[in-house]
Amino acid sequence: MEAVIKAEKLSKRFGDFIATNAVSFEVYPGEIFGFLGANGAGKTTAMRMLCGLSRPSSGSASIAGFDVYTQTEQIKKHIGYMSQKFSLYEDLTVVENIRLFGGIYGLSKEDVRVKTQGLLEHLKMEDQKNKLVGALPLGWKQKLAFSVAVFHKPRIVFLDEPTGGVDPITRRQFWDLIYEASQQGITVFVTTHYMDEAEYCNRVSIMVDGVIEALDTPAKLKSQYDAVSMEDVFFKLARKAKRGAD
Amino acid sequence: MYFLNWPEKQREVPTEMKQFLIFVRKEFKHVFRDKKTLLMLFGLPVVQIVLFGFALTNEIKNSKVLIVDYSKDQATCSIIAKIEASTYFEIYSVTQDPLEMEKAFKKGKIKSGIIFPLNFSYDLHHSGKAQLSIIADGSDPNTATSLTNYLNSIVQDYIHQVSGSRTGLLFVKAETRMIYNPELKGAYNYVPGVMALVLLLVSVMMTSISIVREKEMGTMEVLLVSPFKPLLVILSKAIPYLLVSMVNLAIILLLSVFALGLPFAGSIGLFVLVSVLYIITGLSLGLLISSAAASQQAAMLMSVMGMLLPTMLFAGFMFPIENMPMPLQLFSNVVPAKWYYIIVKSIMIKGLGLSAIFKEVLILTGMTVFLLAVSLKKFKTRLE
Amino acid sequence: MHAVIIDTLSKVYGKDKIVAVDRVSLEVKKGELFGLIGPDGAGKTSIFRILTTLLLPSSGSARVDGYDVVKDYKSIRSRVGYMPGRFSLYQDLSVEENLTFFANLFNTSLKENYKLIEAIYVQLEPFKNRKAGKLSGGMKQKLALCCALIHQPSVLFLDEPTTGVDAVSRKEFWDMLKRLKEEGITIMVSTPYMDEAKRCDRIALIQSGKLLSVDTPAQVTAAYSKKLFSAKADNMIRLLYALRASAHVSSCYAFGETHHFHFQEQGSSIDLLNELKQAGLEQIEIENITPGIEDCFIDLMLEKTK
Repeated sequence: MEAVIKAEKLSKRFGDFIATNAVSFEVYPGEIFGFLGANGAGKTTAMRMLCGLSRPSSGSASIAGFDVYTQTEQIKKHIGYMSQKFSLYEDLTVVENIRLFGGIYGLSKEDVRVKTQGLLEHLKMEDQKNKLVGALPLGWKQKLAFSVAVFHKPRIVFLDEPTGGVDPITRRQFWDLIYEASQQGITVFVTTHYMDEAEYCNRVSIMVDGVIEALDTPAKLKSQYDAVSMEDVFFKLARKAKRGAD
Repeated sequence: MYFLNWPEKQREVPTEMKQFLIFVRKEFKHVFRDKKTLLMLFGLPVVQIVLFGFALTNEIKNSKVLIVDYSKDQATCSIIAKIEASTYFEIYSVTQDPLEMEKAFKKGKIKSGIIFPLNFSYDLHHSGKAQLSIIADGSDPNTATSLTNYLNSIVQDYIHQVSGSRTGLLFVKAETRMIYNPELKGAYNYVPGVMALVLLLVSVMMTSISIVREKEMGTMEVLLVSPFKPLLVILSKAIPYLLVSMVNLAIILLLSVFALGLPFAGSIGLFVLVSVLYIITGLSLGLLISSAAASQQAAMLMSVMGMLLPTMLFAGFMFPIENMPMPLQLFSNVVPAKWYYIIVKSIMIKGLGLSAIFKEVLILTGMTVFLLAVSLKKFKTRLE
Repeated sequence: MHAVIIDTLSKVYGKDKIVAVDRVSLEVKKGELFGLIGPDGAGKTSIFRILTTLLLPSSGSARVDGYDVVKDYKSIRSRVGYMPGRFSLYQDLSVEENLTFFANLFNTSLKENYKLIEAIYVQLEPFKNRKAGKLSGGMKQKLALCCALIHQPSVLFLDEPTTGVDAVSRKEFWDMLKRLKEEGITIMVSTPYMDEAKRCDRIALIQSGKLLSVDTPAQVTAAYSKKLFSAKADNMIRLLYALRASAHVSSCYAFGETHHFHFQEQGSSIDLLNELKQAGLEQIEIENITPGIEDCFIDLMLEKTK
């Protein structure tokens, strides 16, 4: 199978500081790929390069077949992005947000209308559609934000700590959405601080001090590191980190 | 378990002065570590003064001048020849029709004009006294002043030449008239205006932003949950900005006296005192804004919209207040900069003492007390 | 003796009468490490702000160290340590400057109380001249804790100190809290991470402003009334869908490497196993397990919404 994310010796330097150091990995279509690492391990930097937001210092990478150096515009058309910090406009209503992002990705008016209806039904949010997003509970916001991020059927969706602070039930509903997206062939690239969520991923990579220290399925990682849970694996690896600061 | 054996030290009311100084020191660190803002704070007055002082004064070269010559005698011809010879001027036309001058002014063809009355030479040589009018377009005040000065000196130069040994006996009275901006608001007016503007900008904007930043950062929460008096938090913020403002004041003064050649006629002590008062007005305004603003951007916007614009428009240094409609004239009275502007002009340029500006100082003091009272009342010891 | 007493406390915000805290009553004993556990928007921060005298309660009352949060707010302010949820340090001041500043704020000095923060501060010391804004998330957290501790508070309030911090730093942070507790400090801490509950002496589970349960972590899980099972198979996603579709299962949710579920009253594990095998799943393991705090939270949440 052709990989949708291909990174080879991808590096990013800021002065003397090597944030991401020769990182290589591949992610396949429909895969849920967990991208773990301690604060300051270089996750955010790596993710920015993959989204075409930051130019690598060296190495190569292609996203959905497009080069991260030269085809960033193409990349942006084929990915979705959602982060904990910003994802939707709080001062616009649910429907206005969906329309806005549909429009940004060039969907036709008719498409947006039909798909909006479907999305609202699916999230059981029809009676909330004219509410301001800012007035929604956090869990609803995050579910909506994810649905908007995959609204244009991107090849890959990047999720940066999407479930931080969300209640346990909504957190699981959120992962249901991730599963659905992945079954429709959308590749999911996700970072999280919840170690149980690492178990939900098909494969997991753990970054330590700018380098990918481990990459495999959760089951194999656990047996490889003789650990009972992913949390254990993470501790064993991340404890080695020498970097004290971001 | 040393914790349990902590000496039950009396939590005496901390020596407030000591704490206050610690706080002030912290504020200074904030100010001096933010190099970009600091550069802007000190760069701003310099740029303003240079802009208003120099850039607006166009170098005069071949300025078009129209001459209405009713006399057409030897004296007027000589003066006209001298004007023509000067590099400053270029004769637009010489005519006997005053309407032509009016038309040329209106179309902006000329910047200045001279009217020689009938029998100019005759008057000059027989009664020793002649009159002429110099008219300039006052909408560009700096240029207009220079033009009239140059024209006047050319005339005087001629008189000097013809009088020879009879120095002092011949006399030309040049009546200077400005059209469009008769009060001639020029550099003399801009410098006090820039002072009013810059001092206010620093005190209002910087105070409000630095308080709101503590709210945004969450440090305000910690400060409130400490025995430190909230009032002192605010006062300690004022100190560094008061100092920065004083340095700014010195920069503006030095620049305007030494670079622009402005006079400083009055008492420096009085001037500094009044300026401190004005800065405190600004600080209290900043405080008021900070209690209303939730973010640094909001504080910035409120400072600009609420303070800078009214100051530019209503202080009187850009647009003459007398020409404004009545409601705006009334409104200008609540703009602190207007009063400070009057005070500075009186002290700096006219050299007047406290008795002359007593009313203005009183108004400014009243405003400060009012603003301070309102903002302290509005300052919350809790988060809501 | 109680360090914190909260009595039918409510907080209502704004014109829309949004109820952030709904008749909450609880007590924190002296020397206890008490956890307030719930998702964002549960009302944790409002409760902390009322206890630290930053907000006034809409109704009900609260006392900290014997002082009323409304009337005696000045006394409370000089006795408690508070670490707000957001990073609450001066980013442009160095580690040492921040610490010195907060020490002076409470009229003490770094030297005087160094022993109390020593264990934490030694890790920060190599970076003492670094600006606080340039520290990593975990380091910032440690510095903020030092700043909240420097004046020997009798009660320490930590509002979501571990949010957004990686698992390793979180564990270290809880180890520090344990040591502080051993020193005798009362600590009230809030967190959205359910797995941190077991590190507390007692916990309060909170959701939408209402308390779901207040007890020791062991008692909270012991109060779980149903039999909980976990399931595992080769394809976890298909297993999840199969369990949900099954008539034997009443509720099912993903839980790390397994799925947790309850049987219907007539449901049997052998029937379910066969059903799953027929659905093409392999390596199926079904096990009766003891619930964790997160299971309890989910259960209590569902009960409330019923």
